[in-house]
Amino acid sequence: MTIDWTHFTPWASLAGGVLLGVAAAVFILANGRVLGISGILGGLLSPKPGDAGWRIAFLLGMAAAPVTFGLLAPAGFLPAPRIEAGLGAVIAAGLLVGFGTRYGSGCTSGHGVCGLSRLSPRSLVATAAFMGAGFLTVYLLRHA
Amino acid sequence: MSRAIEFLVGLLFGWGLLLSGMTDPGKVQGFLDVAGAWDPSLAFVMGGAIAVGFFAFALARKRTRTLLGGALQLPTARDIDKPLVVGSLIFGAGWGLAGFCPGPGLVAMAAGNGKALVFVAAMVVGMLGFELLDRFSRRGPRPAAS
Repeated sequence: MTIDWTHFTPWASLAGGVLLGVAAAVFILANGRVLGISGILGGLLSPKPGDAGWRIAFLLGMAAAPVTFGLLAPAGFLPAPRIEAGLGAVIAAGLLVGFGTRYGSGCTSGHGVCGLSRLSPRSLVATAAFMGAGFLTVYLLRHA
Repeated sequence: MSRAIEFLVGLLFGWGLLLSGMTDPGKVQGFLDVAGAWDPSLAFVMGGAIAVGFFAFALARKRTRTLLGGALQLPTARDIDKPLVVGSLIFGAGWGLAGFCPGPGLVAMAAGNGKALVFVAAMVVGMLGFELLDRFSRRGPRPAAS
């Protein structure tokens, strides 16, 4: 293993992580719900009466993030995203992520951030499983 | 009132994903590439989020109502079962394959990224696939009670 110092951004990542934690904190304490993106989006696909409004409001807030962030941050603050995967791999990845997060009841936000913050054994197992599968997949993609 | 809070929390969460670097699949795959040039940034994202979340959820556990007086719903499921593990493994494989998880995929799509749009469309199809299978399996013959 070598450290990729070129792309390593400890302070921005820590600050971004704190924002994610604050968002999750406000969501549980003010709205009473665990902040999990796959659950919030997935719940719209089998809608229950009166349950769609808050999901749509949250997702619209997320959708407003890039343009407002661009107005607040200095020009060129965010480097262009690097997307290695081809179109076929992106489609396969989307199918796996969509199915897997619903089957496993959560993703990086619900299990990773909120679950680990709650010290939930279920979320610890889920996080270990998706991280492990992620490490293995990237290893196979780049080194096998 | 509450709709405004949900919008603002979504906005804050999106900013967090952008600032942390999570919306850059290369950064995510850099973290998952422990055998290559490893970018540890993602550990700082999780560390920062959990450092705040830990106290919030500790406070939430002591309450039954939210600060606004609504119902506070903490997850009650406790069993570590096959869907949890298999579903998470499938998710992790997809996460590693393209470097997108659900939140960053949505934010990158909103930023106008074409591949993120394709990713989100496929993700919704995957979620619908789960819904269909779930409904079908629930309608099927119930196993005998043991």
